[in-house]
Amino acid sequence: MDRRDFLKHLGWVISSGGILGGLSADAWAKMLNKTYDTTKHYYGMGIDIDKCIGCGRCMQACKTENAVPAVPYYFRTWVERYVIKTDRTVSVNTLNSDEPGDVLVEKDVLRSFFVPKLCNQCDHPPCVQVCPVGATFKTDDGVILVDSKRCIGCRYCIQACPYGARYLNPETRVADKCTFCYHRLVKGLLPVCVEVCPKQARVFGDMKSIASPLGRFTRMNKIHVLKPSLNTDPKVYYANLDGEVN
Amino acid sequence: MKDFFKKLPEQAVRVAVVFLVFVAVVFVIRQFIIPPEMKEPALQQASSMEREVAKEIQYAGAQICEQCHEKEPQIKKIGYHRNLSCESCHGAAQKHVENPTEVKPTSPKKRDYCAYCHKYNSSRPTGFPQINPDTHNPRKPCITCHNPHNPKPPTTPRSCAACHAQIERAKAASYHALIACSVCHTAPEKHKTSPRTVIPTKPDKREFCGKCHDKGSPRKGAPTVDMAAHGEKYVCWQCHYPHTLGGI
Repeated sequence: MDRRDFLKHLGWVISSGGILGGLSADAWAKMLNKTYDTTKHYYGMGIDIDKCIGCGRCMQACKTENAVPAVPYYFRTWVERYVIKTDRTVSVNTLNSDEPGDVLVEKDVLRSFFVPKLCNQCDHPPCVQVCPVGATFKTDDGVILVDSKRCIGCRYCIQACPYGARYLNPETRVADKCTFCYHRLVKGLLPVCVEVCPKQARVFGDMKSIASPLGRFTRMNKIHVLKPSLNTDPKVYYANLDGEVN
Repeated sequence: MKDFFKKLPEQAVRVAVVFLVFVAVVFVIRQFIIPPEMKEPALQQASSMEREVAKEIQYAGAQICEQCHEKEPQIKKIGYHRNLSCESCHGAAQKHVENPTEVKPTSPKKRDYCAYCHKYNSSRPTGFPQINPDTHNPRKPCITCHNPHNPKPPTTPRSCAACHAQIERAKAASYHALIACSVCHTAPEKHKTSPRTVIPTKPDKREFCGKCHDKGSPRKGAPTVDMAAHGEKYVCWQCHYPHTLGGI
């Protein structure tokens, strides 16, 4: 091979590599932008405690939609029942999605209510901060996702989440959590818990749009978030939230 | 230049060759074998989002049901279940949308499904219709009396207590036990069929209570006060709740 041939070949290799690399980056961007622009949305959820009837349909639907193990201790969303007694003791238990709640003994009960919970999709997410491999990240539209191929299942994020929203999926052995049903959002559908809620206790919307149901919800109600002192800036907004809830 | 290579000891050339091969292997691995999304976080996240987006949906959403089913959504629109999504009761139906003849969604017909929402539970918000399944027509399927697409009480309630049982129970133990609801409230007949749009009246003046409780009123046995001097700034029910035991 003389120098001329060598240089020719080298030119081929370099240019084809460049084209390949350039194409793949472009292709990803195109595929995501074709139908849906992540930068045009910023999602949040509103939950009205006064409306929740604790029927557990959201938990049931979430498990079906997102292939969450059926056993009653893995949840992407769950509903807690708070019972506050007249002596100010508070008991909290998570509903079982398969059976209607028992009739509560009403003796000495000061007040009692249901609190639906899910990943708060924090604006400053501690789980993203602690992930040692960068498997969990925030998308442009404000949803925290877990890359199941990147996650090594170290459980650090599960420890770091102040809301207990994550669990280690026993089948995939990686961390799993609520994604606001991201695969539904991009198709223009609602998260499934919002879709099936019989009392519209859950409201979903885009905070970049004033006309979204969430915008109305946050204007019409006095809004609280869970554990505001941690400065995680949750994007799950509660209306009529009792002071005992944390 | 050729002299320089010739002068190099053989072992140095071998080391150089090994080194060059090593560099080439590393270059090939980094450039061609490791996928680009493992090197660039932005690409990694994009591919992760791509996989997330590609996940199958199970729940089709309520809008799509109306495209084929005409009757039920029309009935449902006027009833109490108007805001209830079809799939809340019929389950995930995306497979049914894709293959309407082969896959049929579920249709709960037993009592326990309605009980998820309508079984009495004191943590539920007041006003939400609830029953005790042990005493409310035990073992009878709910759908024999109630149409789930437009649920209503099967017969128009005769007494106020059918819906306002809590007030009725409290009143039965109070001094007002023998006074009928209609003495203080006037309920239009339509209130029985559309309870939320037609609302009964409530007393709105002090003089109304004064008819029995003012000094010198003709009613015997009722405790009387001088209405002119007693709490003149307030209306009676700010201090006295007329339904509860003892009257205060």
